[in-house]
Amino acid sequence: MASLSELTHKIRSKNAGPFWVTIDLFCRDDAHYKRVRDGLALPVIARCLLIPENLVKRFEIDNLKVIKVSFQRKHFQGSRLDRDMHGAQFAFLLEQLQID
Amino acid sequence: MTKSTKILVPSGVLGLGFSEDALIQGLKRQPDIISIDGGSTDSGPFYLGMGVSKYSLGVCEAEWHLLMQARHDNKIPLVIGSCGTCGVNAGVDMMFDMTVRIAKKLGHFVKIARIYCEREISEFQIALGENRIKPLEPAPQITQDSLSKITHIVSLAGVEPIQKAIEAGADVILVGRATDTALIAALPLLNNAHKGASWHAAIIAECGAFCSTNPSSGVIFVEVDETGFTVEAMAQNALCTPETVAAHMLYENADPFVLLEPGGHLDVTDATYTALDERRVRVEGSRWHSSDTYTVKLEAAKLSGYQTTILTIVREPNYVAHIDDWIVKLSRICNTKLKQSMTNSKSTHSIDFRVIGKNAVLGELEFSESLAPELGVLVIVTADSQGEADDIAMLINPYLLHLPLSEDEPIPTTAFAYSPANSSRGAFFEFALNHIMILDKPCDGFPLIIDEV
Repeated sequence: MASLSELTHKIRSKNAGPFWVTIDLFCRDDAHYKRVRDGLALPVIARCLLIPENLVKRFEIDNLKVIKVSFQRKHFQGSRLDRDMHGAQFAFLLEQLQID
Repeated sequence: MTKSTKILVPSGVLGLGFSEDALIQGLKRQPDIISIDGGSTDSGPFYLGMGVSKYSLGVCEAEWHLLMQARHDNKIPLVIGSCGTCGVNAGVDMMFDMTVRIAKKLGHFVKIARIYCEREISEFQIALGENRIKPLEPAPQITQDSLSKITHIVSLAGVEPIQKAIEAGADVILVGRATDTALIAALPLLNNAHKGASWHAAIIAECGAFCSTNPSSGVIFVEVDETGFTVEAMAQNALCTPETVAAHMLYENADPFVLLEPGGHLDVTDATYTALDERRVRVEGSRWHSSDTYTVKLEAAKLSGYQTTILTIVREPNYVAHIDDWIVKLSRICNTKLKQSMTNSKSTHSIDFRVIGKNAVLGELEFSESLAPELGVLVIVTADSQGEADDIAMLINPYLLHLPLSEDEPIPTTAFAYSPANSSRGAFFEFALNHIMILDKPCDGFPLIIDEV
């Protein structure tokens, strides 16, 4: 097992409009990219974020060694229960996630 | 062969700052147009709700002064979109007044085009009745109640209204709300450049130098032709590499390959990014797909109440260790007292307690068990009027200061950082639409006004 922070050189999270948050995981090299690609499956992401799988989109960008995760916000940006306007702190949630 | 179109983008947004040296470098490339964005929804619903700007007007005016001088010296159009952060009509008027003021100061004669993008609620309701409003995923529900609380609706202009202003010979073009990309794609598309490349160049350049190794340097230069585009950062210490350029497609985009725009969508799945040298990147292979119907995206904010906040800091170790128990007790006692004193039985108020230093940001997702020596307790009260929110906060105030964990211990006193501890925040807004609107013609509802000053 390894944490995603060990397998990536940067994890970046940001609002993508008021209704989505998108997280980009930049992997260190091809070997780490393959490991993240295989280990960070949709159900793993959904469990980590406590949201249903159908609200998550996952992309593999091979040439950049990036896995991208976009998900619908549980609380829209700036709504009563929103806690992070720009959604940037989700990156730290993923950093500690352990994968095979 | 058609001549290429050269676009200079000074920064991601007016008011954010850019390197003046880099601007001068960019002007040496003899651009055909200067395009800059004026805002977005990025900072939340308040700005659209109130129809006000986020950025310092003084800073914006200083930057606009430089760009108007650059426009005059090079005899090229200057275009700005999303005037005044949110793109309401008042934002366009604010930029118009600023432009006139600077033109007079500089002694310039300028042809100014204004493109308004705000939609009346009645127009929206007619379109709703005609089935011309379609939800995007996820869309807030449209109800009679939400419609009655919407303060501003804007539609995001595509390239066509901007092209109309360029063809009319405008020197300065002030657009209400537009897609960030339309401002940059308008001229190359008018010049019959490659459609996919025009839109792709626009999304790469729309945040200024964010697509380079030095994002804060601001100034970016793109040249679009019949087969693709070339991008270069203008600051000496900023480089565009295939990686930095390709990675910009990821930034703030939920989908890294497909971008929905008025009149179609851009697909960059097969795009190639090639280094021409250590500073410049050539991009080809992006595709544009026109849609059967012409749609524009709508943004709206609704008034969702008024807020008052209180912040206190807990330092006593026993209270820090048992903060969750304390918050439960605090919440229970405040709600009980509130029920006894409330005169408005239909009140929709809410009280949100957030413990800073524990889980204020991630909430139930927080995984860390470590606690800081002190914890902030932020109480956010939302109610139907400012008076009600203030009154609820005043009820909470003494308990937040003095509530004991148990009955048999001395009364504690938490740390208020200032007096009064309560802060009235005023009107509270939420986004009310994530929808598109079908238009008969691309310029419908985007009135163009041209003045010479």
